[in-house]
Amino acid sequence: MEYVIEMLGIRKEFGGFVANNNITLQLKKGEIHALLGENGAGKSTLMNVLFGLYQPEAGEIKVRGKSVKITDPNVANDLGIGMVHQHFMLVENFTVTENIILGAEPTKGGIVNIKKAANEIQALSEKYGLDVDANAKIQDISVGMQQRVEILKTLYRGAEILIFDEPTASLTPQEITELIQIMKRLIQEGKSIIIITHKLKEIMDVSDRVTIIRKGEGIGTVVTAETNTDQLAEMMVGRQVTFKTEKGPANPTEEVLNVQDLVVLDYRGVERIKKLNLTVRKGEIVGIAGIDGNGQTELIEAITGLRKIKSGKVLMNGQDVTNKKPRQITETGLGHIPSDRHKHGLVLDFTIGHNIALQTYYQEPFSKMSIMNYKEVSKKAKQIIEEFDVRSGHGEASLARSLSGGNQQKAIIGREIDRNPDLLIAALPTRGLDVGAIEFIHKRLIEQRDKGKAVLLISFELDEVMNVSDRIAVIHDGEILDIVEPKETNEQELGLLMAGEKRKSAGAVKGDE
Amino acid sequence: MSFLDVLYFIIPSAIFYAAPLILAAIGAVFSERSGVVNIGVEGIMVIGAFVGIVFNLFTVDVFGDFTPWASLLAALVIGAVFSLFLAIPAISLRADQTVTGVALNLLGAAVALFSVKLIFDKGQTEFITERFARFDIPGLASIPVLGPMFFHNVYGTSILAIVVAIVAWFVIYKTPFGLRLRAVGEHPMAADTMGINVARMRYIGVMISGALAGVGGAVYSLTITNNFSHATISGQGFMAIAAMIFGKWHPLGTMGAALFFGLAQALSIVGGSIPYVQDIPNVFLLILPYVLTIIALAGFIGKANAPKASGIPYIKGQR
Amino acid sequence: MSNRVINILVPVISVIIGLIVGAIVMAVSGYNAVDGYIALWNGIFGDSYTIGETIRQITPYILAGLAVAFAFRTGLFNIGVEGQLIMGWAAAAYVGYAVEGLPKFIHLPLALIAAALAGAFWAFIAGVLKARFNVHEVIATIMLNYIALHVSNALIKVWADGGDKTQRILETASLRSPFLESMTQYSRLHWGIIVALLMVVVMWFILDKTTRGYELKAVGFNHHAAEYSGMSVRRNIILAMTISGMFAGLGGAMEALGTFEYVGIKGGFTGIGFDGIAVALLGANTPLGVIFGATLFGSLQNGALNMPNEAGIPTEIVSIIIALIIFFVASGYVIRVLLEKFNSKKEGK
Repeated sequence: MEYVIEMLGIRKEFGGFVANNNITLQLKKGEIHALLGENGAGKSTLMNVLFGLYQPEAGEIKVRGKSVKITDPNVANDLGIGMVHQHFMLVENFTVTENIILGAEPTKGGIVNIKKAANEIQALSEKYGLDVDANAKIQDISVGMQQRVEILKTLYRGAEILIFDEPTASLTPQEITELIQIMKRLIQEGKSIIIITHKLKEIMDVSDRVTIIRKGEGIGTVVTAETNTDQLAEMMVGRQVTFKTEKGPANPTEEVLNVQDLVVLDYRGVERIKKLNLTVRKGEIVGIAGIDGNGQTELIEAITGLRKIKSGKVLMNGQDVTNKKPRQITETGLGHIPSDRHKHGLVLDFTIGHNIALQTYYQEPFSKMSIMNYKEVSKKAKQIIEEFDVRSGHGEASLARSLSGGNQQKAIIGREIDRNPDLLIAALPTRGLDVGAIEFIHKRLIEQRDKGKAVLLISFELDEVMNVSDRIAVIHDGEILDIVEPKETNEQELGLLMAGEKRKSAGAVKGDE
Repeated sequence: MSFLDVLYFIIPSAIFYAAPLILAAIGAVFSERSGVVNIGVEGIMVIGAFVGIVFNLFTVDVFGDFTPWASLLAALVIGAVFSLFLAIPAISLRADQTVTGVALNLLGAAVALFSVKLIFDKGQTEFITERFARFDIPGLASIPVLGPMFFHNVYGTSILAIVVAIVAWFVIYKTPFGLRLRAVGEHPMAADTMGINVARMRYIGVMISGALAGVGGAVYSLTITNNFSHATISGQGFMAIAAMIFGKWHPLGTMGAALFFGLAQALSIVGGSIPYVQDIPNVFLLILPYVLTIIALAGFIGKANAPKASGIPYIKGQR
Repeated sequence: MSNRVINILVPVISVIIGLIVGAIVMAVSGYNAVDGYIALWNGIFGDSYTIGETIRQITPYILAGLAVAFAFRTGLFNIGVEGQLIMGWAAAAYVGYAVEGLPKFIHLPLALIAAALAGAFWAFIAGVLKARFNVHEVIATIMLNYIALHVSNALIKVWADGGDKTQRILETASLRSPFLESMTQYSRLHWGIIVALLMVVVMWFILDKTTRGYELKAVGFNHHAAEYSGMSVRRNIILAMTISGMFAGLGGAMEALGTFEYVGIKGGFTGIGFDGIAVALLGANTPLGVIFGATLFGSLQNGALNMPNEAGIPTEIVSIIIALIIFFVASGYVIRVLLEKFNSKKEGK
């Protein structure tokens, strides 16, 4: 049996929307097979079909040569298929053990036999080199360990075929290396792996073959050793892709943002920002690089007035805005593209038009003496929709909810840029967007900078930070560890900094320390 | 009356008034733990109270001594069936759980009273003749001080309530069923990927809450009022929900909270016979349980966390 | 079939199904459903007396519906309309009889304002509990309902010197009019309907025309984004509840100054507050929808009074029907899906 899994001609629809159209994927025993496609191309859908969460409208699935119908995850489990989800499927206040045994609990006289379970898990973790603390609660362990728990879930049920869905999204470069080792170990122990991803470098590093999907259609399968990132990118997007963003040199002038010795606590009273210093000047883009959870959220919240500052100062255009209210800070010249567009950026149940007015509804021309002028709101919304190419079903009267992620983000960016802020904070501005939208957004950010505005970019994607920023500030454990220029560093070095290792070379660094 | 006399008087009443609350509250715990908010407990208690009395009145010749217990059984079944009015819209039809719960309250009260008028031609039922027996717990009743307070002249239903609470704790925290139930309430998608049928677990959770609320209502009417009218159940269902929140969704904590509310209720009703208490204007005693509930919620709620997925319909395929 | 049409069809279909199931319930209980519905109809439209009483019944329903709808639009579930209404009733009745020597154009508005303030205050408590202590407004308002019931009863006992109800309000505070009485064979129809309709306009104005309304809706839909944009979530929650309570209190004023002209001790809730939830739901929380819902449920509740007399059926059947309608509206998703399936079949998809 050459192929351990065959998905032949799979078609999956969601109420008229075709997520997978006649896709074929074949997994050889003992190989690592990558499934490549942009966000929304249909990769996760295909794997959810394999895992039994969805039923296909057409097509056939064969496991070890036999045709099967995978009606739910239990059937998939029985066939030896296990899934390591991108967004971990872990119950936060359960322990590691409880999460792993859920649904297949060993019992003794009707009671869950936790001891037996913990022992079995310990044995498994040693066999595959997956270090976990069996009695810890999920909410208390690191992201890396959480992922290992996800992997153990599949192994506990005897999975032979493992599907990894975007496994490196929240990992440091070092943790990614560790994960690749784990995957190779699993192959040694006789497993076969499908890895869903849109990260071309990782595909080249780890996979044997690649199947590419674009907009729900299967494009083809290639042998990794016979291709390269440019070819893969072209197949993924359908046209030639440049990864470097065009930009001229920066011409920074005076300071806009000045953060001095900032200290910020979390709700438990623990210091999350520890005497942080940062400046951003007009005419430059400063990118903050760092692993999720090192204080980026708290920093942005402190600057924008959403979180209390324990000590230190924040100055905007020379004015002290420490602990001022969000609206006051916004009025001093701040624009903010929030990291969670659904939570902070938009009111999804408002129309686009009403969302455009979110920051300025209380000012003329949108209102006068507490009476709203929705006509003006519509006018401005139409203008922004046009300028920023926001696509929707009913124009400015569409509910924000009905727009795609990329268009929602364009609407937010349009709103913020139109207000002409001196400082634009862009937090994870391209998260979950496709290549086209990403290019567009990067262009606009650079445009702002060229207009003489300041941009503060926060991102978890090293590529983005290196491409777009004029200066890179690495944040680790609540402090700015170092500030470097993109052309004087590389991913390896940044990765080390992000993990907390100070720079070895003491090269000249423009800016502050 | 000495302080000890007051205790001898008030504690048995407190336990006695708490028993229906304990049962309904434990039921609510099952429902909420599975992720379904059940505001309709009041309505199911009304139905339970009604079924308890009517079943008793009509089958007293058939079951004799056993009649009250048989009535509880009837209330249990009818309560579980009635809870489908919440379960089906909330779980399978994606209805808003709070709205559906409110409608359930309206429906329960209306159906019960409609049936009373239909059967008896007036707004209330007769009084039952076959009541629950009270007895002393052998051995324990002779303990000095505590004996007469807790183990003397006790209703079987009070013991039932406490046993149910303990069994519930065991089931929820020690059995596979309990683990899966909690998973479904915290992270239904995770449970789904582990092969657990989320809808089925939620149906079970809601029907258990219906069954227990029915029994709770029946215990109330069969031990406290001995008949049924529109005024029989007035807020006990909501107090049960408050007890659940106060008890942080934990069966034993819930039982404790329910006992506390039972004490408040008892004070409001028999307080007139206790020195000091009888000098307090009646209105304060009447509102005491409700005010205590609010204070409990305001004071403690900061740290209490409802099951994460509680109140949100689970839709397969949503990303 | 556009989305708008579907939005109207869902409540309409729910009502029809509710009435059908009600008929089944009647039949199963051995009653004649046809007689029942005829009695219901007669109870609503039979003669000018019943029409007058029906409009009178609709009046507080509009206000209760506005209260619930307003709260819903701002993300809050105000189940405390019943308690707020009771407090408003008591306040209006008190001002109505206790304040003497004022001309009508001062006394009546004064009584109305007292009711509005009492209801607003009662809801304000729940708003503060939610905003400051994060107490879920559903439980808080339900508890406040019971507290209102007992507190108002106690106050009435004091005002009435141990009696069961307060003195009749002075004529200068009354909403009744001899003109209306003569038109409707001495029904209790009163001018309150004008007040209610005025409040519909007020709700529409606040929500759709003012910056405050924009804020309230933003906070209700997504308090994170609202907070981020500089709105005070706490203040808006409290304000929303308070305004909602104001409408509820005015509903109580209708009973105090129009229907009864006194306030009496109550053995249980009036039911108007809970029916207000049905009204708001059926009306999709919009001002016009509330008028439609209030008309329907007010008519049903008034018509129900005729059913024991004319058809021997207990009035509770109407409460059952109303509860069923709520279930169907709440499960509207299913009706919506079926309609959309029908839609695509028609368009030959």
